[in-house]
Amino acid sequence: MIATRSKAVQALPKLATGIEGFDQLSRGGLPRHRTSLLVGGPGAGKTVFALQCLVNAARRQRTAGIFVAFEESPRQIIANGATFDWGLASLPEKQLFFLDAHLSPTLVKAGDFDLAGMLAMLAAKKQEIGAQWIVFDGIDVLLTLLQDPVAEMREIYRIRDWLAENALTAIVTAKLEDRTSEALHYGFLQFMADCVVRFERRQEERVSARSIQITKYRGSSYAAAEFPVSFGPSGIEVGAAEPAEIEHYASSERITAGFERLDAMLGGGVFRGSSTLISGVPGTSKTTLAGKFAEAACRRGERTLFVSYDEAAEQIARNLSSVGIQLKAHVKSGLLRMYSARTEGISAEEHLIKLRSLIREYRPQCMVIDPLTAIAKAGRMGAARTAAIRLIYLVKDEGITLVVTALSEADDPLAESTDLQISTVADTWIHLSYLVRSGERNRALTIIKSRGTSHSNQVRELVLSKSGPTLTDVYSAGGEVLMGTLRWEKEAEESARKIRQRAEFDQKRRELHSAEARTSAEVKALQVDLERQRAELALYTGDNEVRNVSSSERENELRRRRSADPTALSPRKSGNGAAK
Amino acid sequence: MSRRRRTPKKRGAGVTTVVVLRLYIAGGAPNSVQAIANLQAICREYLKDGHKLEVVDVLEHPRRAMAEGVLVTPSLAKLSPLPAANVIGNLSDKAKVLLALGVKDKAQ
Repeated sequence: MIATRSKAVQALPKLATGIEGFDQLSRGGLPRHRTSLLVGGPGAGKTVFALQCLVNAARRQRTAGIFVAFEESPRQIIANGATFDWGLASLPEKQLFFLDAHLSPTLVKAGDFDLAGMLAMLAAKKQEIGAQWIVFDGIDVLLTLLQDPVAEMREIYRIRDWLAENALTAIVTAKLEDRTSEALHYGFLQFMADCVVRFERRQEERVSARSIQITKYRGSSYAAAEFPVSFGPSGIEVGAAEPAEIEHYASSERITAGFERLDAMLGGGVFRGSSTLISGVPGTSKTTLAGKFAEAACRRGERTLFVSYDEAAEQIARNLSSVGIQLKAHVKSGLLRMYSARTEGISAEEHLIKLRSLIREYRPQCMVIDPLTAIAKAGRMGAARTAAIRLIYLVKDEGITLVVTALSEADDPLAESTDLQISTVADTWIHLSYLVRSGERNRALTIIKSRGTSHSNQVRELVLSKSGPTLTDVYSAGGEVLMGTLRWEKEAEESARKIRQRAEFDQKRRELHSAEARTSAEVKALQVDLERQRAELALYTGDNEVRNVSSSERENELRRRRSADPTALSPRKSGNGAAK
Repeated sequence: MSRRRRTPKKRGAGVTTVVVLRLYIAGGAPNSVQAIANLQAICREYLKDGHKLEVVDVLEHPRRAMAEGVLVTPSLAKLSPLPAANVIGNLSDKAKVLLALGVKDKAQ
C-alpha cells in the first residue's frame, strides 16, 4: 500500500496496483476504499487490468480480493490469466475468490430484481477471507438485464453505498463502446466512481493499438494524457512516460565504436552508456558497423545483445563473417545473445515489451538493434516513435551502451528526422551514404553529431574488406569528393607521380655522382702527372751532381794514369773511395 | 426430442405431481416482498393440488445462497419435477413464471 502524503495537506490514500507504469501516471495507484471505474470496448484490457490488481495485491501485499465475474465464467478468466506468469491457478481461494455471476442464458426474468442478495453474500465472503479488494467485472451485463434506467441507477447507488459501508477498494469494469448511446449508464457509473480509467483499442495500420487514459480522479492529480498499453509476460503494462527529469549516470569512459579509424573520427570512441545512431539507405553497411561494435564489445568480454529485425541471426553472422567480423564464437561462449524477430503485424509497443524482458533477463552491457526503424513497420508512426524513444531511455537507464541502426528512405540525413526522430535522443549520429560517380557507388561515412566529443568533420570513405571495415581518406578535387576507383585513380596517379619524382631525383643524383667521380679521377690523374714531373725534376737535379763528380774523378784518373801530376794523388784516393 | 414427447404426458399428470419450489429473497426489500406475494398468488391459482415452497432469506443465509448459486434477488428455483428452472425478478410477469414452471395458463 502506498499512501502518498504531501507536507501540508493529507493526500488521498491510494493502493498501488503493481501494474507497470500505471502507478506512475495515477501517482500511486487506485483510491483506497473507493470505487474505480474501468470503461472501454471489448478486448481493451479491462478484465486483465482488474484481475492483475487482485493478483498483485494477493501476491505482494498478502491482501485478499474477490472477483465477481458477470460476463465470463471464472473458468474462462482463470484460463485467460494462465497465459501470464501470475501462477493464478495456484492462488488459494482465501487469497482470491471468484464469484461466478455469469447469468445463464436460460434464466427467465420475470419482473424487477435487485442486488441486495448478492451484496449480502459478498459481504459474508468478505468477512470470511478478509478481502480488501473487490472487482465487479462486466457490470454492464447485469445492468442491461434490468432493462430499466431507473432500476440501473438504483442498483448503482446500492453498490456504491455497499462499498462505502464495507470499506472495500473496488474496481468496476463496464463495456461502454459507444459514448452516446450508453451515455446514461456512463453518467451514473461515472458519478459513482472516484477514479475513471478509459481503455481503448483501435485498429491502426493493421495493428491493434491499446491505450489507457485516466479521465477522472477525485482528489488527486494524475497524468491526463493517453498512454499506450500492451500485454507482456507479466500482464498489462502501461507505457507511462518516463519521469520528466532525466537522470542518467554519465560515464566518461570511452569504448571503441568498432575500429580504430572510426574511434579517431569520434575523438576516441563512444562514451560508455551512450547511444549511437547509424543511419543510411539500404546497403550502406549499417549492419556491418553495428556488428563490428558488437564484436569489439565481446572481445572486451562484455555481455552483448544483438537484436535484428526481419533478418535471421544465423544469416547476419554469416554475412558479417565475410567481412572479417566473427560473431559465432561469441554466441557459443554465451557472451553474445542474438535475437531476431519478425515485425509484420507486431506493434512497436509489443517489441518494446519483448526487448524489455530480454534486457532484464540477459542484462547486457552493450546492445545493438538492427534496424530500429523496423518496429515502425506496423502500426501508427506516432506510437512507434514514442516506443523507440522509450526504448532508448530504458536502455540508458540500465547503463547499456547502445548502437541502433536506422533505415532512411532518402539519402539525405535530414530525412531521418521526419521518421522515428531517434536522432534527437541519440548521443552520436553516424550517417552512411552513397556517392555515385562515374558508374560506381561508394560508401561515405559522416559523423553528424557526437555529444561531448571533439569529432571529425571529415567525410571518409568506408571500405569493406575481408579483414573488416575501415575508413580511408577521400580526395577532393575541384570541389568534388573522390571515392572508389576515382580515389584509386587519384591515388595511383599520385603514387606514379611520386615514383617519377624519385626516379628523376635518383637520376640527377647519379649524374652528379658520376660527374664528381669524373672530376676526382681527373684530379687524381693530374696528381699522378705532377708527381711524375716532380720526380723527373728531382732526377735531373741529382744527375748533374753525379756528372760533376764523375768528370773530376775522370780527370784525376787520367792524371794518375798519366802519372804526371803527383800533388793530387792522396785526395784522389779518398775521393775514389767515397764514390764507391 | 425426448423432452418434447414427454411433455404432454407430464402436463396430464402435472395435476397430481408436487412442485418443489425455493424462493430466495433479501429481507424486506421491495422486490422480495412483491415476489413472495406474487408467488403465493400463482401457487394458489395454479398449484392447488400440490406444491412445496421454501423461502430462503439471503441476508440470513448468505453462504447457503452462494453455495446454491444464487446471484440476484428475488430468485425462484424450481427443483422438481424436472426440468429444473430458474426465474429471477419479482415474478410480476405471471405468464413467464408459468412458462418457466411448466404450468399451463388457464387463460390460454
